Amino acid sequence: MIGLYAVIAKPNLMKKLLGLSIFQAAVFLLYITLDKVEGGTAPIIQPGAVDQLYSNPLPQVLILTAIVVGISTIALGLAVVVRIFEAYGTIEDDEIQRADSQE
Amino acid sequence: MQLWLDILSWILLSGGGLFVLIGGIGIIRLPDLYTRMHAASLTDTMGTVMILVGIMVQAGLSLASFKLAAITVFLLLTGPTATYALANAAMLAGRHPKDVEMPPDLPEDLRL
Amino acid sequence: MTVLFGMFLLTLLVISAIGIVRARNLFVAVMLTGIFSLLMAANFFILDAADVALTEAAVGAGVSTVLLLGALALIPPNENRSKRVRWLVVSVVTLTAITLGYATFENPRLGDPEAPVHQHVAPWYLEQTPVLIDIPNVVTAVLGSYRGYDTLGEVLVVLTAGIGVLFLLGLPGAYGGRKTEDVARGRTYLSHHLVPQVVGQLLIPFIILFALYVQFHGEYGPGGGFQAGAIFAAALILFALIQGEREALTLIPPRVLVVLMATGALLYGSVGVLTMLLGANFLEYGVLSSDPVKGQQWGIILIELGVGISVASVLLAIYHAFAARGR
Repeated sequence: MIGLYAVIAKPNLMKKLLGLSIFQAAVFLLYITLDKVEGGTAPIIQPGAVDQLYSNPLPQVLILTAIVVGISTIALGLAVVVRIFEAYGTIEDDEIQRADSQE
Repeated sequence: MQLWLDILSWILLSGGGLFVLIGGIGIIRLPDLYTRMHAASLTDTMGTVMILVGIMVQAGLSLASFKLAAITVFLLLTGPTATYALANAAMLAGRHPKDVEMPPDLPEDLRL
Repeated sequence: MTVLFGMFLLTLLVISAIGIVRARNLFVAVMLTGIFSLLMAANFFILDAADVALTEAAVGAGVSTVLLLGALALIPPNENRSKRVRWLVVSVVTLTAITLGYATFENPRLGDPEAPVHQHVAPWYLEQTPVLIDIPNVVTAVLGSYRGYDTLGEVLVVLTAGIGVLFLLGLPGAYGGRKTEDVARGRTYLSHHLVPQVVGQLLIPFIILFALYVQFHGEYGPGGGFQAGAIFAAALILFALIQGEREALTLIPPRVLVVLMATGALLYGSVGVLTMLLGANFLEYGVLSSDPVKGQQWGIILIELGVGISVASVLLAIYHAFAARGR
């Protein structure tokens, strides 16, 4: 929630990116929480232990992928922000919009 | 024997926690960046070492305790280095410790 | 007990998230993001997601913080304080929060083994992995074999991000038109501080060794290609920070880095094509060896290698793109 607020409300572009990463992290947490089994353990099969309760591995795989994709997005976003700064001289989006509408 | 080991690790873990707490209070209450780094390094070294040794006592002599010893060594290497780098960066950035008296005959380029 | 730890960590998470949003100085915000990632990793760990915790710690708290700092060096350090509260945004966010909160009442209780998410595919994975693939880490098995297509897509996403950053910022000597000689010489970084240099040089071989360990041990414990790639990139970024950008670019020239980025993805794809050539479907590893189980293991090792190479070189290339710009 806080992440969503940051993405929409904060005019500073860098803050938007950080808010995006908070947002993503919250979604990851939601998934992983869904996947825990009470009394279970990490899904690494111990040799010889039968009837061991494991936590669900499936959301973990999805979240693993999601984390890496998330950081790729952040990296690309950072590159865009840097370029915008070099082009406009600012990273506040109201100033950028003003500069754009004055073209 | 097991009881003594348990008591020992209990003492170590509580002591480690106490040092972390002291370090935390120090970070908030001390006045300046450099003094706060003293407090932070206390957390780094004493707190970490005591907690990890406490866990090692619990784990007995096994692969787990060897790994914990390796982690301790690693943390002891990197923690103070990080503090040094931080202090150096702060110095380069121009943040000087407060209330430092410079002797009047110090050459100019050594002054803070 | 888990709930208690979880509540504690969650409270800390919320506090640091609020701190990130409210901090005016962007440097403070980035540092708080690092702390936030570390707390997330701890949270994942107490929820039994060991692989995810390792990945979040390596990628989120490690490399991501470095990249954010690299970008921060190129943009103004402070944010303009917005003068008015934006009521529309606050109401939208509150409405969304209430809706989501209401939806969570329908969720099964935490840890309930009867929950729907545990019923269909997951038990099949847990039971069949010793039979079909015979590696202890089920997460790697699912990632590498059962859901191999997803992982291929992920490698391609990482590669695309790397290409995108290179398009936007450029690497000296490869693309973007700057020559390697224009990059600032080494002495502008930590290189003239003795303590980090000595300790760093002592540690870099161990970090690389650990990265290789994580890479090849991904089947037996938490680990695998992504974590190993991130740790490997972190080792080389440490080298770049200590020795200077110029030396790091001489160590692994940008052209080699770009080729490595593609090689990882190519390795992955070619394993798939190889299985097709051997008569099975794309990425069906069973045919890679006479024993289908061994074939699966071979397939997973190869693709994890591809993933690791790709992730390491992309992260390193992105770091160089940021660090070498404007210096």
